[in-house]
Amino acid sequence: MALKAGASVLRLNALRSAAVRLLSTHTRPEVEQNKTKYAEFPGAKAPYVTEMKFLNETSYDPIPIYRVLDNDGSVIEKREEPSIDKEELINMYKTMVQITQLDKILYESQRQGRISFYMTNYGEEGIHIGTAAALDARDLVFCQYREVGVFLYRGVTVTELINQCYGNHEDSGKGRSMPIHYGDKQRHLVTISSPLGTQIPQAVGAAYALKRQPNNDRCVICFFGDGAASEGDAFAAFNFAATLDCPVVLFCRNNGYAISTPTSEQYKGDGIAARGPSLGIRTVRVDGTDTLAVYNAVKQAREFAIANNKPVLIEAMCYRVGHHSTSDDSTAYRSVEEIQKWTKDESPLQKFKLYLESKGIWDEDAEKSALKESRNTVVRTMQDAEKKKMPHWKEMLEDVYYDMPPRIQKQMQQMEEHLKKYPDKYPLDRFQTD
Amino acid sequence: MASLVTKKSGLFVRLVKNVNDCTKRLSSHFIYYPDNEKPVEGETTKMNMMQAINNAMDLTLKTDPTAVVFGEDVAFGGVFRCALGLQEKYGKERVFNTPLCEQGIAGFGIGLATAGATAIAEIQFADYIFPAFDQIINEAAKIRYRSGGLFDCGALTIRAPSGAVGHGGLYHSQSPEAFFAHVPGLRVVVPRGPITAKGLLLSCIRERDPCLFLEPKILYRSATEEVPVEDYTLPLGKAQVLRQGDAATLIGWGTQVHVLLEVAQMAEEKLGVKCDVIDLQSILPWDEDTVCNSVKKTGRCVIAHEAPLTSGFGAELAATIQEECFLHLEAPVSRVAGWDAPFPHVFEPFYLPDKWRCLQALTDTLHY
Repeated sequence: MALKAGASVLRLNALRSAAVRLLSTHTRPEVEQNKTKYAEFPGAKAPYVTEMKFLNETSYDPIPIYRVLDNDGSVIEKREEPSIDKEELINMYKTMVQITQLDKILYESQRQGRISFYMTNYGEEGIHIGTAAALDARDLVFCQYREVGVFLYRGVTVTELINQCYGNHEDSGKGRSMPIHYGDKQRHLVTISSPLGTQIPQAVGAAYALKRQPNNDRCVICFFGDGAASEGDAFAAFNFAATLDCPVVLFCRNNGYAISTPTSEQYKGDGIAARGPSLGIRTVRVDGTDTLAVYNAVKQAREFAIANNKPVLIEAMCYRVGHHSTSDDSTAYRSVEEIQKWTKDESPLQKFKLYLESKGIWDEDAEKSALKESRNTVVRTMQDAEKKKMPHWKEMLEDVYYDMPPRIQKQMQQMEEHLKKYPDKYPLDRFQTD
Repeated sequence: MASLVTKKSGLFVRLVKNVNDCTKRLSSHFIYYPDNEKPVEGETTKMNMMQAINNAMDLTLKTDPTAVVFGEDVAFGGVFRCALGLQEKYGKERVFNTPLCEQGIAGFGIGLATAGATAIAEIQFADYIFPAFDQIINEAAKIRYRSGGLFDCGALTIRAPSGAVGHGGLYHSQSPEAFFAHVPGLRVVVPRGPITAKGLLLSCIRERDPCLFLEPKILYRSATEEVPVEDYTLPLGKAQVLRQGDAATLIGWGTQVHVLLEVAQMAEEKLGVKCDVIDLQSILPWDEDTVCNSVKKTGRCVIAHEAPLTSGFGAELAATIQEECFLHLEAPVSRVAGWDAPFPHVFEPFYLPDKWRCLQALTDTLHY
């Protein structure tokens, strides 16, 4: 099984050339015939050479970017086309449309002061859906914060997402976190946390726990950005995943920007993917605007991870079409022309739609009704969410500990007495009451 | 035509309502009390706190050729725009982006300072400073001591936006001063507005100890004062008495100073008493003399901070006050603080030590 999975990975063109590149001797120091002598240092088994040679980023060819679809939606190599049934393909695309409508309306609603914050996903919809469709619904997901499509595809409803953004009493996070910090235990989606990179070593630890469960058939997938990959936690996670043999898919969404910082100022060298092989992690780089390429890579990565108890690193190249968040105006550091390039030919939605059309399972009417339906769902849900009260203020002090310590009980009593004295000074009418 | 106008005004009413809702939801919990006294004579200009901080860094870059300003997204001015225009003015070698890594920023800054450069590092939010904890606590604060005075990184200043902002939730609201106040060798400073921000930041930059400068982010744009244009410093390790009275001493720092100034005003109007209001300004080392002299005079003390009550810096103040002023105290030292929970999003109005909680604590203290 392990061998089979390993061999099937090699079917990927990209991986084959990457493997050849990584194994080819021309990137290694020359070794004289018959004088070859391997060093036996604990830290390196390598040949001795007498010619000193420094390596740099140009010692290696760039890691290629695997893609299935061309910009016109046609499959480039027929053998790489995944067999996904019609209903699922349509569901994948409809979910992508749903993401864009959710983004559009919630972004606007923040501008109107209805919610306090929002982050759009424009340009990365293909990553969410390609990944979510390739995973088993029980695989454990650690998100960064720009992966709402994974939530939608797993069956989290627009209502649940919007309730979280409003922090009303139906928000499963009980109004404690800023908008977009979704989480869903039943659907194996660990609640999002703002600090960057912290989720990566956590995902690795979770994968170790899964590995130890009898007959494990699940993996962990962890999303992070090109910026978060600079955190110390990212290196720790890569190194732990490799040394402790963890069935985790480390998925980097390289969208070109960490807020305003372009990747050219985030790292030198060949992106995040180049760090994988150097740390002993099987790695592939894919076109993140190509939903089917993402799907193939994740499908094989999860099979390999589970069969071998090994990590896999995927770097999905894409472009953050939207601003970082509602707190950001990206035109302060990049041109509108630069953005536009990625909203047309390189749009993941556009490519996937053309693919569906070429298969005769999608047309303009379907597009119109999907847009309308998803838009209406969001608008209707928002109207409902707005009417719902915030959770009872006492929720502020619950869940700090499993059992509330006496000191917090005392603080709750103090606040209760205070609110009795000053009821009109607090927005109690917007919160649930006893 | 008439109907068009009605329609238009209808739309306008809707827009206004949205904006009002927005203001209501995001309305701040304090009134800003600008400083009227100028620390130095001479020309002033109207600046908000962001501009005052920008001005302090500008002056440093202009006068100190070794000075560099860096951090995440600093090249375009930083997410709060405090470094706006500085890269254009001083070049990419002196004002630059770093990779997204707080431990890297702190360690890099220590290295710069160790090698003789003036380092002004920005951590994007104080909530994200914790990966840098090791570098700050174990390295920056201890280098002089452990090297027997051979090395130091006094030329390092780390700036970080902190405190409540109305909608920041767990990770854009924290006030972590007490964590760093437990570390001998470090200076921790919090300004209350543009004038103090400029003077205290310039002091931190020139101080021969590493400094952590926590900027209450809600004041960046909301706090405006007439700030002296020229270079000036304000003393570190010194508190400032902003209002004088004899009934009680109210102590705070950062945004909370403004809450307490309003409480003092309410106490005067509603309770007919006058209070000392002290801005601690320097959390570490802190001004024991100013605080204790005030409490010895008033016999009553209320300390307020946004950070959680337990092990907040108020605990250190209260302990020292009871030691030094025990026979002068007419009531136990009172602390009003954030509750012992992470900083919550929608519950922020209930979480903060707002004027009503502070006023009640003052009333209880007066009637003890």
